[in-house]
Amino acid sequence: MRFFEYEAREVVKRAGIPVTDFGFTTDAGEAREIAQRIGGPTVIKSQVLTGGRMKAGGVKFAETPEEAEAHAREILQLEIGGHMPRGVLVDPRAEVEQEYYAGIVWDGTRKQPVMIFSPVGGIDIEQVAEEQPDKVGRRHFSNILPLSDFQAKEVIASTGVTGSALNRLVPILTRLAKLFVENDMILAEINPLGRLADGSFVALDAHMDMENEARGRHKRLLTELGVGEEETRQAREATPFELAGEQVDAQDHRGVAGNVTEFDGNLGLVIGAGGGSLTLFDAVRAHGGKPANYCEIGGNPSVAKACGLAKLVLQKPGVDKIAVMMSIVSNTRVDIVARGVIKACLELGYDPAEKIAIFRIPGAWEEEGFKILEKYGVEYADRSVSLNEAASRAVEKIEGAAV
Amino acid sequence: MRVDGTFIAIEVDDEAAEDADLARTLTEACPVDIFAQGDAGGLEIVERNVDECVLCRLCLDASAPGVVKVLKLYDDGALLA
Amino acid sequence: MSILIDADTTFIVQGITGREAVNLARECLDYGVGAKVVGGVTPGRLGREVHGVPVFDTVAQAVAHHGSAIYGSVVTVPPAFTKDAVFEAIENGVQLIVIVTERIPRRDVAEMVELATLRGARIIGPNCLGIIVPDVIKMGGIGGPAKNAAQAYTPGPIGVISRSGGMTTEMSSTLSAAGLGQSTAVSIGGDAIIGSTYAELMPLFEADEQTQGIVIYTEPGGRMEAELARWVTENRSRLPIVAFMAGRFMDEMPGMSFGHAGTIVEGKEDTASEKITRLAQAGISVAERIEDIPEMIRSAIAERSGTPAGAGAAGGSQV
Repeated sequence: MRFFEYEAREVVKRAGIPVTDFGFTTDAGEAREIAQRIGGPTVIKSQVLTGGRMKAGGVKFAETPEEAEAHAREILQLEIGGHMPRGVLVDPRAEVEQEYYAGIVWDGTRKQPVMIFSPVGGIDIEQVAEEQPDKVGRRHFSNILPLSDFQAKEVIASTGVTGSALNRLVPILTRLAKLFVENDMILAEINPLGRLADGSFVALDAHMDMENEARGRHKRLLTELGVGEEETRQAREATPFELAGEQVDAQDHRGVAGNVTEFDGNLGLVIGAGGGSLTLFDAVRAHGGKPANYCEIGGNPSVAKACGLAKLVLQKPGVDKIAVMMSIVSNTRVDIVARGVIKACLELGYDPAEKIAIFRIPGAWEEEGFKILEKYGVEYADRSVSLNEAASRAVEKIEGAAV
Repeated sequence: MRVDGTFIAIEVDDEAAEDADLARTLTEACPVDIFAQGDAGGLEIVERNVDECVLCRLCLDASAPGVVKVLKLYDDGALLA
Repeated sequence: MSILIDADTTFIVQGITGREAVNLARECLDYGVGAKVVGGVTPGRLGREVHGVPVFDTVAQAVAHHGSAIYGSVVTVPPAFTKDAVFEAIENGVQLIVIVTERIPRRDVAEMVELATLRGARIIGPNCLGIIVPDVIKMGGIGGPAKNAAQAYTPGPIGVISRSGGMTTEMSSTLSAAGLGQSTAVSIGGDAIIGSTYAELMPLFEADEQTQGIVIYTEPGGRMEAELARWVTENRSRLPIVAFMAGRFMDEMPGMSFGHAGTIVEGKEDTASEKITRLAQAGISVAERIEDIPEMIRSAIAERSGTPAGAGAAGGSQV
């Protein structure tokens, strides 16, 4: 879950890393008050969860509080990359002598966090790594041994930084590493980290991303930051269709029938499990099919849940037929899913044989499942028909129907 | 009493259904809550759960032979044995 | 032979009294020669039995009852308690831990993996279905009930490694139908950080005489495929590999997660197309369709050995 800049800066501040005397607001008038309090030139920054703010006009410089208000008013109305801003951040314009970079990420191969530091900040660290590799220091650190200052010192010193800058930077990088671990972040980055005229350092921008699975153990921090439990902070906001899918899945605790993502095609998909869904979605597209949605079934859901998911997909405007397909199941039951999808058709007044393009779920309880499908005249396939062939058949039938 | 879902029907001997002990036993036995105990202590069949039946036979094992019948409506009313 | 486990492997199930764990224990006891499930652990349930398996409060009690070291553990406890359960297993001498639990924060996973490494233990998962040696033993829910597992898995020369539990069975079933059995199939889990990656399992398959080729299932997200490509190149592996890449559509949808927690395109290296390129550079063929895999691996094996492999019946050791 990504944090807005104003939240990320607050996390940085709580970790004991110096930040500027910034203010966050959703109101242009208040932006003016903040600028007044700051006294002097300010920067007004749009608070959106997307890159390219500067280019899009989401970052503006103000000399006076009046100018700050005008910029804030404009930025609050400015959509960037499909997102309206959450608010604006009003920041004192610091006299920065040099910009540095400090970041912590996971290395999935080494299975340890890695601290990254560079005296070349303010730009993308990947670019620095490519162009000036000797200016980027990295070091893994243990998940179970205590974190110690020398680790940060080694990383910073490896980039050629010495003198008082080194000594002032060490606690900052160590604290960043500590906050990364303690808050279950998957990214903690200060860029730029500015060195001011008096030799002190201050965080001028921060990016933080907390692992979704760990949100439950950081409830206090999230509440204090004002992050709502319902906020998913996905790359794309959930559509009403997708939210309805979440509701279907939440109706009981048996298995999964949800994880819905909306697309704009005419072939509804009721597919599973995780890997099977990915494989099937690719296969439908490879045959020229246009999926209306992505979804996942697994873990042996109830009839009601499978029915709810199928109904949701069947009712989506533009959906002509659904394809019910899974990789071989061993936990989820064929007969239970068959009951669910047929029931969905019946309750909506459709003929299952007409609406279900194909049912391809082999595995547990398939004998019972196939009996149900036969009774309602639904075309089905066993494991001798591949996922790819089943997808092809579904596309063939819907294309035939469309003509 | 008999309650029909779309795929499954549950039939319980009327006299036996009045027995509070049987009602409790069946309520505990069924993993998908098809049975419930009514206010008067007798057995009730929860209509919305009938199609959730997983054919586990636990209700058959928990009662005397012939008291509870599980019918597969999609299979010409075949009895779960 | 097989990798990781064999007919003599002893293991416990931590969290054995949970609904899914009860089924899992049954399946393992029923499959093949019957797994040696020597105990279960659920705190507060000492003295109970699950399908004849004695239940203990602690791993130490289970080890004491068994009378000697226990090799493995299947961990099925809720995410908040998984780290402690795995630490407990490792500190009681367990060598191989299969973590079934989903939705464990990666910090916890990383801690478990690091402790395991320090103690010389190995973790498979989390968010996985476990390991199966066809007709011999299964450790975890892989393949489901014994009857279903027997339908999909047959003994033979192919090692299977998969980030998806369900697709491990789908691919193995396809291989079996084509007369290509499996030496061992491992569901390694779908999370961003897992105990054993493709590259970490390759040396085991490399050393296993029964194994003649490897089939992997892979997805966008992470650097695991790049690591495999590097391993294969650096170690001049004797084993040909065929990969199946699912989730190609995700390349157009950066930042969105599908299927598994670790399946997300965050950078260029995470994309399906980038991974396919890397795998191909290392001589790993990438199948477009599951049904193409048997012929691809068969001919790749033939090419390396000069003789057709896995032809005819799915015998155990046709080396």
